[in-house]
Amino acid sequence: MTKEMDMMEQFQQYVDGENKVEPKHWMPEAYRKTLIRQISQHAHSEVVGMLPEANWITRAPSLRRKVALLAKVQDEAGHGLYLYSAAETLAADRKDMIDDLLSGKAKYSSIFNYPTPTWADIGAIGWLVDGAAIANQVMLCRTSYGPYARAMVKICKEESFHQRQGYEIMMTLAKGSPEQKKMAQDALNRWWWPSLMMFGPTDEHSPNSAQSMKWKIKRKSNDELREEFIDKTVPQAEYLNLTIPDKDLKWNEDRQSYDHGEIDWDEFYNVIKGRGKCNKQRMAARNKAHEEGAWVREAANAYAEKQEARKQKQKGAA
Amino acid sequence: MSNKDNWKIWEVFIRSRNGLSHKHVGSLHAPDADMAIKNARDVYTRRSEGISIWVVPSDEITASNPEENEPLFTPADDKVYRHPTFYDIPDEIGHM
Ligand SMILES: [Fe+2]
Ligand SMILES: [Fe+2]
Repeated sequence: MTKEMDMMEQFQQYVDGENKVEPKHWMPEAYRKTLIRQISQHAHSEVVGMLPEANWITRAPSLRRKVALLAKVQDEAGHGLYLYSAAETLAADRKDMIDDLLSGKAKYSSIFNYPTPTWADIGAIGWLVDGAAIANQVMLCRTSYGPYARAMVKICKEESFHQRQGYEIMMTLAKGSPEQKKMAQDALNRWWWPSLMMFGPTDEHSPNSAQSMKWKIKRKSNDELREEFIDKTVPQAEYLNLTIPDKDLKWNEDRQSYDHGEIDWDEFYNVIKGRGKCNKQRMAARNKAHEEGAWVREAANAYAEKQEARKQKQKGAA
Repeated sequence: MSNKDNWKIWEVFIRSRNGLSHKHVGSLHAPDADMAIKNARDVYTRRSEGISIWVVPSDEITASNPEENEPLFTPADDKVYRHPTFYDIPDEIGHM
């Protein structure tokens, strides 16, 4: 056996023993690369995920809704930062990651390329999109890479209010006037399928999943997570008296789980390839925000330099 | 690009209300220590997680080498006599 194979074997055993891999540990290059890709994409998703909701902060229907939405969006910025930090422990460079996002080279979750035309979308996003994200993130609390797992624990603690505030919005609308109920149903119709797509392609079309599962980066398959999400969400929709837009959705007594209709994977791949309704808009907004923040970064630099110079001068005088 | 565009990394430590020691909570980028504290406050104490913040430049931290875990940490494993349960004290003595 070569030394490399030996190390691989040891690494696998270490991971199989449910031990956490830490930044200074030896790890296979492919493990490191997979994690950098996954964690940075996850970080980008948190950042771009602020945009569809930020659209409604100034138009939230009450002060209560406004402070909640503001706090949620601020949390997402924090989540992005925790994740970029986790990627940095693998020697990824923050600036490279940000540049890749701004240039369009990096991917982020395609769910954020859908528009938010009504207030009900904010309810549906919290309920379904954060709900789906939580399912994935709860699993990732047990991922084998220590810094990623720790970031996830922190994120999961903050996420649960996101879903609750979304569901509360849906409850208010669903119990409201006929127009409000219609808004809620319309938002569910538009967000249901894209939310299911958030878990990624079916297991048979997800070739990299097996290795990720073996390294315990992923702990559950895409289909497993998707089905858990559906089983959890259907009763929540029933409580709202809203109809899930899937005529093939049916309880399967044998599997003790819901069977669901075919997902339109063409739509999924189209949005990934940049042909979603808002891909261009999101990238433009992100770039604009980055450019408009340039003076803040410059001012911070100037201040830091001035302080440093003053400190040096005082040292010289003493 | 100059490194002005890539601020250095600071490790953040927070002491919570319960009086325990500062605990590592994560890291962030900032041009100087003051900004690092301000950013840490926004990122890591939004839900009353702390009453004191330390920030330390990441590159100032020296870490032990995981390859030396054996010589560093295993010598403690066979010293059971350092733990109270090693000593037999009859129950009637009560808590000791
Ligand atoms: Fe998040
Ligand atoms: Fe969230």
